[in-house]
Amino acid sequence: MRQFEVTFIVDPVLSGDEVKSTAKTYQDIITNEGGKVIHVDEMGLKPLAYSINKRSTGVYYCIEFAAETGNFIAKLELALKRDERIMRFLTVRLDKYGIKYNEDKRNGKIGKRIPKEPATKKSHIDTIPYQAFVPAPVVEKELKAIDPEMALLEKK
Amino acid sequence: MATQDEIKFLSNPNIGKQQKKYCRFKKFGLKHIDYKDPDFLIQFINQQGKLLPRRLTGNSLKFQRRVSSAVKRARHLAILPFVSDLLK
Repeated sequence: MRQFEVTFIVDPVLSGDEVKSTAKTYQDIITNEGGKVIHVDEMGLKPLAYSINKRSTGVYYCIEFAAETGNFIAKLELALKRDERIMRFLTVRLDKYGIKYNEDKRNGKIGKRIPKEPATKKSHIDTIPYQAFVPAPVVEKELKAIDPEMALLEKK
Repeated sequence: MATQDEIKFLSNPNIGKQQKKYCRFKKFGLKHIDYKDPDFLIQFINQQGKLLPRRLTGNSLKFQRRVSSAVKRARHLAILPFVSDLLK
C-alpha cells in the first residue's frame, strides 16, 4: 500500500456547493480506481502568494489517499489538468514520516503550540487601577461662554 | 592569588565567540517537512523569497535538500512567493 496526497486550489468564484462538488468528483475518481480516501482536508479560502488566472485567493483542498499502485495517478492528474475549476494541483507520495506527520496533525498533536503559563508576577501596569476615560460633560453654558456666535444664535 | 570568581574583565569575554551552528531537524528529531506550512518554511528563505544557504541556517545536507524541495512545492501551490519584496 502506498500513500499519496493531492493538494489542489479551486477557483474561489464558484459557489460553496460547486466547490464542494468539485472536491467530491476527485474523491470519486480515487475510489472508483481502487484507491481509498483516508482524509480530506478542507484548508479553506486562502490568499495566494501571487495571482493565478487573475485571482488573488483560492480554496485549498488536500486529499490523502492510499492505493496499491500509483498507476491511476496519471489519469487523476489529467482530469485535474483538464478541469477549468482547478487552478493548481500537486500530487506527492508520502513516506512513512509523512504518514505519521499527517496522522499527528489530524489528532491535533501538531500545529497547536502550548501557550506558556501566564507570568504570576504582576507587572506595574496591573497594579495601577483601571480608569475608564470619560470625557467631561460639556455644559451648554460653557459653550456659549466660549463661542459668542452660539450665544447670538440662541437669542435669535 | 585571585580565584576564578574574582577575575573581572573589562569587556564581556563571550562577545565574539562563535556559537556552533546545528541542524535543527537532527537536534529536535523532525523527520518530515510539510510544504503546506508557510510559517515554518519562512525561516529558510530571505526577504526576497530566496532559499537561505546551509552556511547560514546550519541544516545538514539531507535536510537542506528536503527544505528546498518543500519550499519549491510551496511556491508551485502559491503558498510562498517566487519573488517578493520585504517578505518578513
